[in-house]
Order: sequence, then structure tokens, then C-alpha cells
Amino acid sequence: MPTPQILQADSFDPALAASRAAPAPGARRPGTAARLLRLRHLGGRYLLRLASIAVGVIAWQLLSSHGVDFILNFQNLPGPIEVWHVFAQLLGQHVFYIDVAYSLRRIAIAFLLATVLGVGIGALMGRFRVVQDLVTPYVEVLRPIPAVAWIPLAILMLPTEESSIVFITFLGAFFPILINTVVGVGQTPRNLVLAARSLGAGNAAILWHVVLPSALPAITAGLAVGMGVAWFSLLAGEMISGQYGIGYFTWNAYSLVEYPQIIVGMLCIGGLGTLSTHLVRLATRPLLRWQGDKVGPAP
Amino acid sequence: MSVGTLMRVPTSVNSRALRECVVGGRVSVHDVSIEFSGPRGVHRAVEHASLEIEPGEFVCLLGPTGCGKSTLLNSLAGFVRPTSGSVQIDGEEVLHPGPKRGMVFQHHSLFPWKTVRRNVAFGPMMAGLDREQSEERARRFLDLVGLSAFENHYPHMLSGGMQQRVGIARALANYPSVLLMDEPFGALDAQTRAMMQESLLALWSEFGNTVVFVTHDVDEAVFLGGRVIVMSASPGRLIADIRVPLPRPRDPAVLTAPEFIEIKRRCLGLIREETLKAFAQTNG
Repeated sequence: MPTPQILQADSFDPALAASRAAPAPGARRPGTAARLLRLRHLGGRYLLRLASIAVGVIAWQLLSSHGVDFILNFQNLPGPIEVWHVFAQLLGQHVFYIDVAYSLRRIAIAFLLATVLGVGIGALMGRFRVVQDLVTPYVEVLRPIPAVAWIPLAILMLPTEESSIVFITFLGAFFPILINTVVGVGQTPRNLVLAARSLGAGNAAILWHVVLPSALPAITAGLAVGMGVAWFSLLAGEMISGQYGIGYFTWNAYSLVEYPQIIVGMLCIGGLGTLSTHLVRLATRPLLRWQGDKVGPAP
Repeated sequence: MSVGTLMRVPTSVNSRALRECVVGGRVSVHDVSIEFSGPRGVHRAVEHASLEIEPGEFVCLLGPTGCGKSTLLNSLAGFVRPTSGSVQIDGEEVLHPGPKRGMVFQHHSLFPWKTVRRNVAFGPMMAGLDREQSEERARRFLDLVGLSAFENHYPHMLSGGMQQRVGIARALANYPSVLLMDEPFGALDAQTRAMMQESLLALWSEFGNTVVFVTHDVDEAVFLGGRVIVMSASPGRLIADIRVPLPRPRDPAVLTAPEFIEIKRRCLGLIREETLKAFAQTNG
């Protein structure tokens, strides 16, 4: 009987034959090996990120200490070491924590309001054409207005300074959440709605069990974007504030020409914004577990 | 693999309990025409279809692609209202989709965000059972289709055949009197499809509910059905009602029996004629 050539190769090469007979060492626990590899891969990526920041900070230090003035002027810009000293000093004063706490509270209230109203109105818009036609003109006109432009009206129309600030922060978070919800809800697969109906589901059950879960990936993306824009708008809102808030702190430092404080304020907003956006992602991740690894960038 | 291991057929005690819950429904389609208005004017999908299906019958709707057989099935489900004529189940006019008519779609329509168990428990939940009772029933039906081990999986983790078995379990968990199936095995490979067909027959013989099964596959229609209704090319009319007197339970050996081949030849002749017409319509 003729033997396929591939099989014959073993008989000529004893090493090859042996390697086929016995599994390679370490092959017994492929799970552990794969996990280690992944970990090393992740570690490598974080190292790269750290290195990237380090290079940026060093460049900043060199540019400001040498007072480079080429297109961008670094002569009056405080270097990272000076900024760090000011930051360490601020960490010792409890007024700085009050600023941060005020801002966090405003963000929390505004973001919660934006989530409830954005998802609620967005779901209604996505589900009912009448609601969509009634609300869309307002969304289209109001959405492009920047947060700063709302300051006069917010002061005029809202009872307290605090509520005006929260309102302006809310506006920033509201639109991305609303629009993503409308898009997500509009993409509900028809088949799933029909299946639910034929299993005895009414409108409310379909909204809760089919439409909202199906829109969840889009909604969570909207939440993450909304959180970022909320911080962005917070500074505009806190320009009203006569007292506290990290945005107010930054604005105040600008009026007093305290450059290191300005940079501390900016970096704080950036850091807290990133942190809270990450928190939103973490909080919504369990809701998206059903997507498995079929979604996301290919390795 | 035998049917028993693929979809464990319940023991006689279980099946008696199941039978008490299920009574096959009588389906009456009376002079139904269905039209859609589209960009190119009114499209007539189904024309003057009349059909009586006895309780507990297994009927296959066979026709070329695009002949309107799915549309007719959708009108039985209550997804589409006939333009004229009426659809009745047990003497009651079908106006909306409802849990008495279970539906299995061509592509699985499981909720991707629910586990397999929660998917099957959805119908019972909607019927007003509490979570515990619903999940208990879901487990029983998953056991019936041999997927107990996968109750906590999400649908995307299962193969196409397994997804359709969950779909069948989900449709059956409401104890529907009529099970409507829209080319449920069309997307499966040939081997899996053959397994699924046998399993479906085993389940049906336990439940005894009425089944209306849409397919364009002649072998499938004759193997499964007690009756094969052949539809014409668009607009869909019912052009033949062929009895399949092959004994049950049927197994794959029947595929080569002379009676099977004789019925298949008749169906193929009709289908070929209609497919040629459909071809001429779309390419003429």
C-alpha cells in the first residue's frame, strides 16, 4: 500500500519522530504559558506608556529650563519640577481637597442626571418616531452651543450658583449620552423584537429585555464620552463660582498670574477626567460580558 | 450518534407530563392574500391561499426561494396581517403575535445578552411565572434538547446547530399549540441538519403539537412532513397538497425507500417548474 510522503519523513529523521511521539515540555499547561505571555505583553505595553510620559516630562523640563522660544514660547513656562513643588505644597493644604471634592460632587450629580435623562429621552426617541420628530430640532440646535455660552442664561434662569454650575456640566455630558442612546436603540435587530413578541412580551418588557440591552454597547460608549465632556464643561461652569472647585482654582490662578497653579489645575482636571472615564468603563464592563471576545480589535 | 444522545428523549413519565400541557392547534387559512407596497408599487406575496391543518399535524410548506412561504408563515405567527382573508387558530382570528404560536427563525434569534437558560426562561417569565419557576422549566427544556451543560453559556459561544436547539427549546417552553419554523436548519451544514431533523421529529412525537415548517429543500420537506404543501413562484399560491404516508418514526433509511423517492420526484417536478418561472421572473 503506498504511504503518503509526509508520514515517511518521520522514519528518516529520528528527532522529528521523537518530537511527534512525546509532547514538548511545557505544552502540558498551555493555559499558564499563554497567560504568562499575555502578562508580559501587557507589562511591555504599560512600560512603553510610562516611557512615553517620561520622555514628555524630560522634554518639558529641558525646553522650559533653557527658555526655548521657537514658534512656541517656553520662557515663562514653569518646568515640571517647579510644578511638582507647587503641587506638593497644595496637597498639604486642605482647601485644595475642598476644591477637588466640590468638583467631584458637581460631576457626580451632573453625570447622573445626564445618564438618566439622556438614556430615558434617547430610548423614547429611538423607539417612537413622534418623539424623535418632536425632540430632534431642539437637539440639533442646542448641541453645538459650547458650555461657556450657556453661562449667562444659566445664571439668569437657575436659582443658585451651584445649580448653574451643575447645569452647565450636565449639558456637556447629556448630548453624547443622548445621541449614542438614540443610535443604539435605533439599531435593535427586528428579529429579536419579533421573537420577544411571539414569546408573549409586551412593549415594556421589550424595552427592558431587548431594546436597552441591545443598545448597551452604544450607550456605554456614550457614557464614557459624556464623562470626558462633563469635565471639559466643568471648567466653564466653575468660572461662575466665586469659591470652590478645581476649575475655579485654575481660572483663579489665571487671574492671579500663578503659572504653576494653572498647570496643576489643568493636570488635575485631566487626571480626574481620565480616572472617572475609566471608572465608567469599569462599571459598565460587567454589563457587556455577553459580547465575548468577538468584539474589539483583532490581536 | 443516535437521536437519543443528541436530544435526549424524555422518559415516559416526563413525556406524559408534557403531553398534558400541549394540545395541538387547528390552523385554518382562509383565502389569504398578502400584499406589500414597496418602491416599485404593490407586491403581491401570497395569493388566495387556503389551508386546513389538523391538530397535531406536521406540515411542510415547500416552495422556491422568494415565493412567499415565509410571508404566509409570518401571517400565521401574527407578524403580518393578511390584506384579505383570514387566519384562524382553534377558531380564533390571529391578530397579534402570541405565546400560543412558537416561532423558530431561520437565523437564530436568541438574545445575545442573556445566557442560554435565561433565553429559554424568557417565555415562561412573560407568562407570569416567577424567576425560579421559569428557570426550572428552562432547565427541563434544555435537558430535552441535550444542552443542560451549556445553560450558563452565552449564545455566541455555541455552534449554529446548538443555537437552533436553544431556539427550539425556547419556543417549546411556552407549550405552544402550534410551532412555526422558518427554514430553521437552512444555515446548518448537511450532517448537522440531518441530526436536527431527526431530533425535531423525536421532540414532535413527544409533544404532539401542530408544526408548520417552511423549507425550500425537497428532501427535508418529505422526510419531516406528514403533508407537503407546494407553493408556486411569486405571487405564492398553494399548488399541491401531497400526503406523505411513510410510517413513523422515520429514520434516514426512509430516504432511499421507493415511496419516498416517488413523492420526492413529484415534488421536484413541481418545484422545478416553479423555480424556472421564478428564474424567468427575476431575469426576464
